Amino acid sequence: MKKRLIALLVCLVMVMMPMLAACGGGGGEEAPAGDEGGDFKVALICLHDENSTYDLNFINGFKEAMGELGLSEDQYMIKTGVPEGQECYDAAAELADAGCKLIFSDSFGHQDYMLQAAQEFPEVQFVSCTGTNAASSGADNMHNAFASIYEGRYLAGVAAGMKLNEIKEAGKLKGDAPKMGYVGAFTYAEVISGYTSFYLGAKSVCPDVTMDVTFTGSWYDETAEKEGATKLIQGGCDLISQHADSFGAPTACENAGIPNVSYNGSTKEAGPNTYIISSRINWAPFFKMASEAVQKGEAFDTNYTGTIDTGSVELTELNEDVAAEGTAEKLEEVKAGLKDGSIHVFDTSTFTVGGKAVDASNVPADTTYADFDPANAEALVADGYYHESEFRSAPYFDLNIDGINLLDTKF
Amino acid sequence: MDKKTKEPLIHITKRKMIPKKQEWAIRLGGILAALIFCAIITTITTHLNPLAVYAKMWEGSFGSPRKFWALLKELSSLLLIAVALAPAFKMKFWNLGGGGQVMAGVLATTTVMITATDKLPNGVIILLSLIAALAAGALWAFIPAFCRAKWNTNETLFTLMMNYIATQIVAYFIIIWEHPKGSGKIGIINQTSHTGWLPTIGGNPYALIFIVSIIVTIFMYIYLKYTKHGYELSVVGESENTARYVGINVGKVIVRTLVLCGLICGLTGWLLVAGTDHTMTTTIEGGKGFLGVMVAWLAHFNPIGMILSGLLMVFMAKGGSEISMAFGLNRSYGDILTGIILFFVIGSEFFINYQIHFRKSHRKEAADV
Repeated sequence: MKKRLIALLVCLVMVMMPMLAACGGGGGEEAPAGDEGGDFKVALICLHDENSTYDLNFINGFKEAMGELGLSEDQYMIKTGVPEGQECYDAAAELADAGCKLIFSDSFGHQDYMLQAAQEFPEVQFVSCTGTNAASSGADNMHNAFASIYEGRYLAGVAAGMKLNEIKEAGKLKGDAPKMGYVGAFTYAEVISGYTSFYLGAKSVCPDVTMDVTFTGSWYDETAEKEGATKLIQGGCDLISQHADSFGAPTACENAGIPNVSYNGSTKEAGPNTYIISSRINWAPFFKMASEAVQKGEAFDTNYTGTIDTGSVELTELNEDVAAEGTAEKLEEVKAGLKDGSIHVFDTSTFTVGGKAVDASNVPADTTYADFDPANAEALVADGYYHESEFRSAPYFDLNIDGINLLDTKF
Repeated sequence: MDKKTKEPLIHITKRKMIPKKQEWAIRLGGILAALIFCAIITTITTHLNPLAVYAKMWEGSFGSPRKFWALLKELSSLLLIAVALAPAFKMKFWNLGGGGQVMAGVLATTTVMITATDKLPNGVIILLSLIAALAAGALWAFIPAFCRAKWNTNETLFTLMMNYIATQIVAYFIIIWEHPKGSGKIGIINQTSHTGWLPTIGGNPYALIFIVSIIVTIFMYIYLKYTKHGYELSVVGESENTARYVGINVGKVIVRTLVLCGLICGLTGWLLVAGTDHTMTTTIEGGKGFLGVMVAWLAHFNPIGMILSGLLMVFMAKGGSEISMAFGLNRSYGDILTGIILFFVIGSEFFINYQIHFRKSHRKEAADV
């Protein structure tokens, strides 16, 4: 009987304590809301959690930037698993209530809800990474950020092209000419720009390469990505790459023994015998720059595009066991070319659309952004190359170039 | 007791009715035991102070007025679905299609909001979207109910499959209406003009859905407890043959009850799109069609009780999200805690219905909390 009484008491304390603590906590939270000058707080809203390579890339970049800025753990917050709906507005508003001065979101679908929160909290800066609406929204505190990832994709493509040359020389091609496969998410400009630059990179070293592309209709669907990759491999592809976030495609490649060029970070873990290299956006430089600006009370770009120079576009570890010989040296050479402007990814002399060279009439479908007037499109294709990510941080190259075969476009 | 045969160590007997007080004591005891168990798990696996973790969980729901309203919003949609499912389950019609019925309402509302904008006055759009959502929800429930009443099809599988059909149709229309092209997202519908948006009450966008959910809950309580319809469906639930024998048209009761269920689900879809979220995604219903089943069962189909069981679910979800952010834990950690608590809560229902007898310890039988 005595024992039971003690157990009950312990239980009671357990239940009561959080309530009491919350009362204190609730009162405490009101204080910084009124007097926000003191400590700087910044937050990141993520669609999934660390199990998605896409979100992991943001989380790592965010933590790295916060570490470099020397912010303590209670000065930055990461909210994971926030769907692209009203929950995103709730999350952003709650973070603003909690005193955050700068709030990032990592997924495109968050942007409308970030904007909704931005309109309600004009003194807080909101950044929809990969979003497109900041310039056209007219809200001063709304931002978009991206990176010239097409340059990274191009480099990864060079590594892929060299691997194809190696396979070709060894006489192990599945067909007559080298063919790559690509698992995309949607027929969205970001994806199109990504696979096209990847293809152009490969083509720059392996001129007779073609590429099949399939779409999963989801940014994260491990089963569909694995199935898509398997379908491409069965269709005679010698190498696979992807713009989708799970380990689906790398796993399918490892099972089939087909080389894979990854995205968003190394997937060597899932494919030690097939993974070659991966390109990724390193968000840390942007997160750091934006946080420093807000901390000092300075403005920062409405559209921020990180580059190789800012450290925003990176290649992850090259798997020497799988990559062709001399890949590392070649990548350094091309990288230098991209940096000094002697190489342009979308060099109009290297590709055609429907057999014709690209010109100013190839205006992207989505022109809902500032700094770009469709009537004055000459600037889009000038000096011999297509100007990607210059009018807006998010990619807008959406042309279907020759040599790339879309297996399905329903998404 | 017979001492000659070997008595098993434990044996279980069904209890007769036990007093309400004792019932609630067992339930409360279950929750307390769950909290202690969670505390132990938390200490072992994360080395965090469990009290701090619980405090954060509490804060996730009640930390600020905004968090509280977000809690009420979640509770409202969950409660509406649970209340909608209750009469079907009471009738022993296993309606696992609440989610699909909500999605039908979501799609209907979105269709009206997107296609009728600039063509009709705002008030007409809102009214039209309501009618469309109710009709769509009702239709989605009517189809399996009619097939069950007419040909005795399996309603569990039928309603379950209807969910996937609804979600796929929604996915199809998202691709048609996506903006910008290829993004796979509709975004906020009429973000600048607010056409088709329901009015906010006192500037609070979540107040309306909360008020509606409470009204519907009270309505359902009365409907189940005091109306002829409510009585008929419980008779059908007890025994279809008895119902037939006393002259109840079983098929009619099934269809009528399911249409009511679909109407409420359609209404929920309408409130979600026109009232709070203003968009259509394949995840807008968020698994509440299934969670609602649990909420309804836990409350023994008593709509008022569902407020409590629903609150527990939403509180755990909000708390789980809060602790994952505050302590840098994976979100699954919140789910683990929720799982443990549900296990104990459902477990305590076992102890309410059954009694455990231990060998030799006959004296202790009376007290087994």
